[in-house]
Amino acid sequence: MSEYTLLAVACGLGTYLWRGLGVALSARIRPESELFAWIGCVAYAMLAGLISRVILMPSGALEHTALWQRLAATGFALLAYLLFTRKNLFAGVVASAVAMYVILRLSA
Amino acid sequence: MTARSGFHQGLLHAAGIPALVLAAGYIGFGALCAGHGLSLAGTLLSTLLIWALPAQLILVEMHTLGAPFFAVLLTAVLSGARFLPMTVILAPLLYEARSRPLHQYAAAHFISMTGWAWAMARFPAMPPEHRLGYFFGFTAILMASALGSTALGYLAGDLLPPMAKLSFVFMSPMYFLLLLAGGQNDARGYLAIVAGAVAGPLAHFAAPQWSVLFAGLAGGTLAYFAHRALKRKGLAR
Repeated sequence: MSEYTLLAVACGLGTYLWRGLGVALSARIRPESELFAWIGCVAYAMLAGLISRVILMPSGALEHTALWQRLAATGFALLAYLLFTRKNLFAGVVASAVAMYVILRLSA
Repeated sequence: MTARSGFHQGLLHAAGIPALVLAAGYIGFGALCAGHGLSLAGTLLSTLLIWALPAQLILVEMHTLGAPFFAVLLTAVLSGARFLPMTVILAPLLYEARSRPLHQYAAAHFISMTGWAWAMARFPAMPPEHRLGYFFGFTAILMASALGSTALGYLAGDLLPPMAKLSFVFMSPMYFLLLLAGGQNDARGYLAIVAGAVAGPLAHFAAPQWSVLFAGLAGGTLAYFAHRALKRKGLAR
């Protein structure tokens, strides 16, 4: 088993712990506590940090795109999602791929 | 309506927008993994076992940057901590006193953002004896859609010409960007997102392999206390 596959299994078990604990403790803890508010902030910040890093300094396949191309496609996806389709997530995500494709095509 | 028809109704309700939205996220994820040269088996296992796209994205990005096993595990698992309060909130709606513990713990694995939000909205109006069956039906379709889309994105990423492949890979971060941009209704969430978005790239310069964890802890803690300070001055709720 590769390290990647092993990680998938280990992270799966680790993530299940939260869900299983939730069932076991459901009658005993308050979900609106300050601790959970902080945990929520950390989870959001982690994800936001990862996304902004992937857009600004990607690794892997996206390294073959230019910063302005990623920023332009991101801008278009936000417009499509927030303005044109009134927060239709599916349409917004598809729009991001279409925008990236058109930008790559036009600048090739 | 029997428990069985609850299951069928769950299947039907998921087969539409919920399954499509999830597919958009997982197609991008599959393409991203193919782009990083990771195995299809490990990628499908991550969808089946982790069942949380943020943790999966963290796993893939950190592993690709060469982060140590324990760092990846710690960060990905910590990012799933939200499942504890989510499960605690859903449990009294989802389970009856006579629900078998095995069913309760099995259902818990299938709790994700999509299924949770859907269940929270529908369960109050649904007879309690149908809810668990409904939840299993609903999440079975979500899981099938996610696994199929992961494989599709992975294989399409390999087959498509480079520009189309890059566009598929780009869907993965965009899915979360849009989710974060559209889903906040409180100041604390926005503060955490902005603080994290600034801290992420900064931490990447200092320690790329630990940057997700450091940025999350630093940005999240800063946002938490900033929000408390604002609340005390009456500037935020």
